[in-house]
Amino acid sequence: MTAPVPDATGTFFPSPESAARRARPVLFQLARRRPLAFVALLYLVALLVVAVAGPLLAPYDPIAGDLTSALQGPSAEHWLGTDQLGRDTFSRLLVGTGPTMMYTVQVVSAALISGIVLGMTAGFAGGRIDALIMSLSDLLMSLPGMVMLLVALTLFQDEMPIAMLCIGVLISGFLMRVIRANTLSFRQETFIEAAAVSGLPTTLVLVRHILPRQLGTVLVQGSLLTGMALLLVTGVAYLGFGTEPPYPSWGLMIGDGAQIFGTQPALMVASGIAIAITVMATALLGEGLRDLSIERWSGRRIGGRAPRRLPRDGAAAPIPSVAQAPDALLSVEGLEISYGRPGDMHRVVHGVDLVVPRGATVGLVGESGSGKTATARAILGILRGGAITGGRIVLDGADITGIHDFTSAQRAALGIGYIAQEPHLSLDPTWRVGAQLIECLRRHDPALTRQAARARAVELLEAVRMRDPEETFDKYPHELSGGMAQRVAIARALCTQPRLLIADEPTTALDVTVQAEVLDLLRELQERTGMAVLIITHDWGVVADLCTAAVVMREGRVREAASVERLFTAPEDAYTATLLAATPASMPSRRARPSRYAVEPSRRAIEKEASR
Amino acid sequence: MLNIVVRRLVAGAALLVVVSALTFVLVALIPGDAASNILGPGASEAQLETLRHQLGLDLPLWQRYLDWAVAAVQGDLGTSIVSPQPVATQLGRGLEVSIPLAFGAVLVGSLIGVAVGVFAAVEGRWLSKALDVLVLVGMALPTFWVALLLSSVVGVQLGWLPATGFVSFDDDPVGWLRSLALPVAALCVGGIAMVSKQTRDSVDETLSRDFIDALRVEGASPRRILFGHVLRNAAIPTVAVLGALFISALSGAVLVESVFGLPGLGSIAVRATSTRDVPVIVGVAVYFCLVVIVVNLVLDVVYALINPKVRVRS
Repeated sequence: MTAPVPDATGTFFPSPESAARRARPVLFQLARRRPLAFVALLYLVALLVVAVAGPLLAPYDPIAGDLTSALQGPSAEHWLGTDQLGRDTFSRLLVGTGPTMMYTVQVVSAALISGIVLGMTAGFAGGRIDALIMSLSDLLMSLPGMVMLLVALTLFQDEMPIAMLCIGVLISGFLMRVIRANTLSFRQETFIEAAAVSGLPTTLVLVRHILPRQLGTVLVQGSLLTGMALLLVTGVAYLGFGTEPPYPSWGLMIGDGAQIFGTQPALMVASGIAIAITVMATALLGEGLRDLSIERWSGRRIGGRAPRRLPRDGAAAPIPSVAQAPDALLSVEGLEISYGRPGDMHRVVHGVDLVVPRGATVGLVGESGSGKTATARAILGILRGGAITGGRIVLDGADITGIHDFTSAQRAALGIGYIAQEPHLSLDPTWRVGAQLIECLRRHDPALTRQAARARAVELLEAVRMRDPEETFDKYPHELSGGMAQRVAIARALCTQPRLLIADEPTTALDVTVQAEVLDLLRELQERTGMAVLIITHDWGVVADLCTAAVVMREGRVREAASVERLFTAPEDAYTATLLAATPASMPSRRARPSRYAVEPSRRAIEKEASR
Repeated sequence: MLNIVVRRLVAGAALLVVVSALTFVLVALIPGDAASNILGPGASEAQLETLRHQLGLDLPLWQRYLDWAVAAVQGDLGTSIVSPQPVATQLGRGLEVSIPLAFGAVLVGSLIGVAVGVFAAVEGRWLSKALDVLVLVGMALPTFWVALLLSSVVGVQLGWLPATGFVSFDDDPVGWLRSLALPVAALCVGGIAMVSKQTRDSVDETLSRDFIDALRVEGASPRRILFGHVLRNAAIPTVAVLGALFISALSGAVLVESVFGLPGLGSIAVRATSTRDVPVIVGVAVYFCLVVIVVNLVLDVVYALINPKVRVRS
């Protein structure tokens, strides 16, 4: 059985058989994880009951009024007061639920049928039919609903159900799109393809295997469509189309309420709130179901994550000076990093020590989850959702442990350059390359004129060996290849003339051939400028190629720190040895050039290679 | 860029043809034609025939549509059944009311929405949560109810602004502004909710991107990051929802015009609906589509201008 294919709007049920079995857990989960959505569901169910049983539940006659008790406010007798004819508002609201819901249900049913049938047809048929149905969906989404509803009412005034059907089709454009996207992804699954190959009729495949799996989407979208339909239906009811007075409907009651609003506002307030609460309930239910289904396939809790905030520049606290070994540029001592909220923190980095000597290149090596990136981000002052909870970071005699609270001017003065893993993401996509470099250059040297900055930017692009610096200058990041974009990112890091360059997996996202070029460039720039480099990587080839020393991390602790020569020839730590052994013998980026440190292929690596 | 404009124009023309043709065919399908509507039930078959011939109703459907379309392109949308006025004249006057109303609502809604959204995203967690509730309520309030409430409270009880009626700009610019103030306020509530949520979400999303980290390491000031980088990126998805916002504003304008007694396209449509004035309602549908097409075209150009990825591809 293939895993359920996720979609943006939610698919709960992996197969038709289990749909019925899982129906209860979904309700249960909704109650437990999204209580508000569950309450909304209960409200909507109750509303349907009222729609049917309204006349039985109403304490007063909704049509025959008692003029002696006209225009009353809310009281024990009349909970929501009375109108100008002395009719009980609460009773009229209950009885008016019937016609209001009837029209709403008509609109939603038409929308669901139109959206499901056309969406599935488009997704399954493909080609011209698909294109045609998608243009229809575009068309429907670009029509103003209320206007088209009036057109439909002009044509079918005596046939409300037909007008409601028209309007249902009209608001089904978006559902059509979603259902089509689902169908496209379902039909690529093996068992659907197998069914098609074995000659099962298309209609049967669609109805038996694809339709049931749209249930999640249909519930989510159906809920949202109900709110939309209710607003349209009450709107035209207010304009006088639909239920005829003296019979009540919610839309008509608002009109009645507006006439007596000056003397008795209760009627209008009550009927408006009835509509608003119902629409809110449909929105809450729809969103709750959607969140639940996304959580089901992604395993991620939605809404738990606090969005990142833009830090503000507070008052600049002085940066304390501390003693440091003279040859060390960066020293990290007993660094601890924790995530979570105050009182519920869990530590992921447990006392890391590392030293980057001046002018040296140090590798920080480990598997994903070893805490190497968290350590680097802590030094850079860009931890996401985490905090430094212990230890000290010293850069050139200055204690920068509090870097997360530094002002931007203090950060700018530190002289740290940063290169991220994914070059395209580390550049602003809406700015031209040259403008990004100039912005950075002029920030660090406000005296620089625009022309001088431009010349300097072109120089930098030359320095990172861009083939055509002038042309690159005017390009947007997305017009560059990964390797080119990473060169631009390196050029930008160089704008600040950094003493320390921190590169987080700078070649991981690049093609193998480009990796070697970027590494060469980094080595050359390091040798030319004399800056120190801390390079985070899981690739021993990078370490062998660039670094003088390396620190091996695992599960938030340093396992071994030594010169590269020592690490490769005589690793002290068993984990380092395992990690080295697990690396494919011939480093991909290294084959072309002689490496400074030859790595002997381990027996395990050879066996692994042979067993392929 | 030109590519986008041309593609939009072709799609727009297709939309007009489809909407008008569809309306036309549907009109032909309902029993009882304009001739019997005009002459009433007492008319003889001969009288009906004569009038049908005069009105061109005896021609085949496609030819009638073609005649209508040729005339429509020249600005002649036929004559209303109810009044002797040409449809185009009537609708032209309606546009003078509906366009400022809908544009005003979109403009005010997006300005306030963007401000609220950015503030909520930058300022913090509780405000962002409060915004969720406001958005939920704002999207659920029926537009005509808000309109009635504003008209009753601000217009009638407080008497600050006119509760109903429209003043032409040419007659009295201040009066024009005052007569539109409450309708625009009622109509922009949903827009504020929609835009503020979208803006908050896109600012949140932009703040979580890697290039923000790179800028912070460089030492870019928070103000510079927000105004130079975040807002520009966040504007892209926000502009993308403005088209939908405008369409819903046109939809809501129908009800708001009725509430405030504004003689706009919406009021004309409502009147035409109750009198079954087919030429007028077809004309209204065409006019609304035209407005949607023009607005979408402008928005596409704006979108291409702020999003370099679109600009280059075309």
